[in-house]
Amino acid sequence: MLLGMLTLTQDLYEQIVAHARRDHPDEACGVIAGPEGSDRPERFIPMLNAARSPTFYEFDSMDLLALHNGMDDRDEEPVVIYHSHTATEAYPSRRDIDLAMEPNAHYVLVSTAESGADEGPVSFRSFRILDGEVTEEEVVFVASYEM
Amino acid sequence: MAIEVRIPTILRTYTDGAKSVNGEGATVADLFKDLESRFTGIEQRLVEDDKLRRFVNVYLNDEDVRFLEGISTPLKDGDSVTILPAVAGGAVAGGMR
Repeated sequence: MLLGMLTLTQDLYEQIVAHARRDHPDEACGVIAGPEGSDRPERFIPMLNAARSPTFYEFDSMDLLALHNGMDDRDEEPVVIYHSHTATEAYPSRRDIDLAMEPNAHYVLVSTAESGADEGPVSFRSFRILDGEVTEEEVVFVASYEM
Repeated sequence: MAIEVRIPTILRTYTDGAKSVNGEGATVADLFKDLESRFTGIEQRLVEDDKLRRFVNVYLNDEDVRFLEGISTPLKDGDSVTILPAVAGGAVAGGMR
C-alpha cells in the first residue's frame, strides 16, 4: 500500500525524463524546488553530475551552495530530489538510502535501463527516505497545480 | 562578534529547529567543538577521525573549506560558515570514495 503522495505536473515529469535520457548512460540528477512548506514542486533545476558516472551521482559542492543560496533567497526548499539509474530499477540503492539527507524531500528515481537515451518506456517512482527507511509513494500527474 | 553557522534541515533536530546559530573558534574544528558543547551529538555528524565526513560540505564565506585547509581552516569573528550535506547516491553500493 502506498501511503504518501507526490503531485507533479506533466511538464516537470517530462523535463526529468528528458534529462535522464540526455545524460544516459551516466546518472542524471537534479532538484525541483518549491515554496517552503508547500510540498509543491515548481522550479526545475537540473544539476551537473560531478561524478559523471553510470553508477554514482553527486552535486558539485559549489553548485550545491549556489543552489541553496538561490532557494534561500526565494524561501524555497528542495521538494523533489531526482536521479536516474541507467542499468538497474528505479528503486533506492543501499547508497541512495545511506546518503539521503533531506527529510522533507520526495526522492524521485527514473530508470532508463529499458530504453536508454531513446524514446520508450521509463520507470518513474517516488520515495520518502527517512532514517534509513524507504517508503514508496503514489505519483499523481496533473496538467497544472490548483490555485 | 561571533561566527554565524547555517544549519541544514537534517541537523536542526540538534539546534531546536534553528536555521542558524552563533559559535566561536579559531578553526573549523574548534567551532564544531563549541557547537558540540551546546548541541550534543552534532559534532559526530560532521567529523570522523578528526576529518570532515566525506559527504558533509562546509563553506567559509562561500568557499568550500576542502579547498582551504579543511577542518583546520582558520576562522575569525564575523565569518559565516555554512554546513550542507552532500546530495549524492547512485545505483551501485560499492566503490565509495
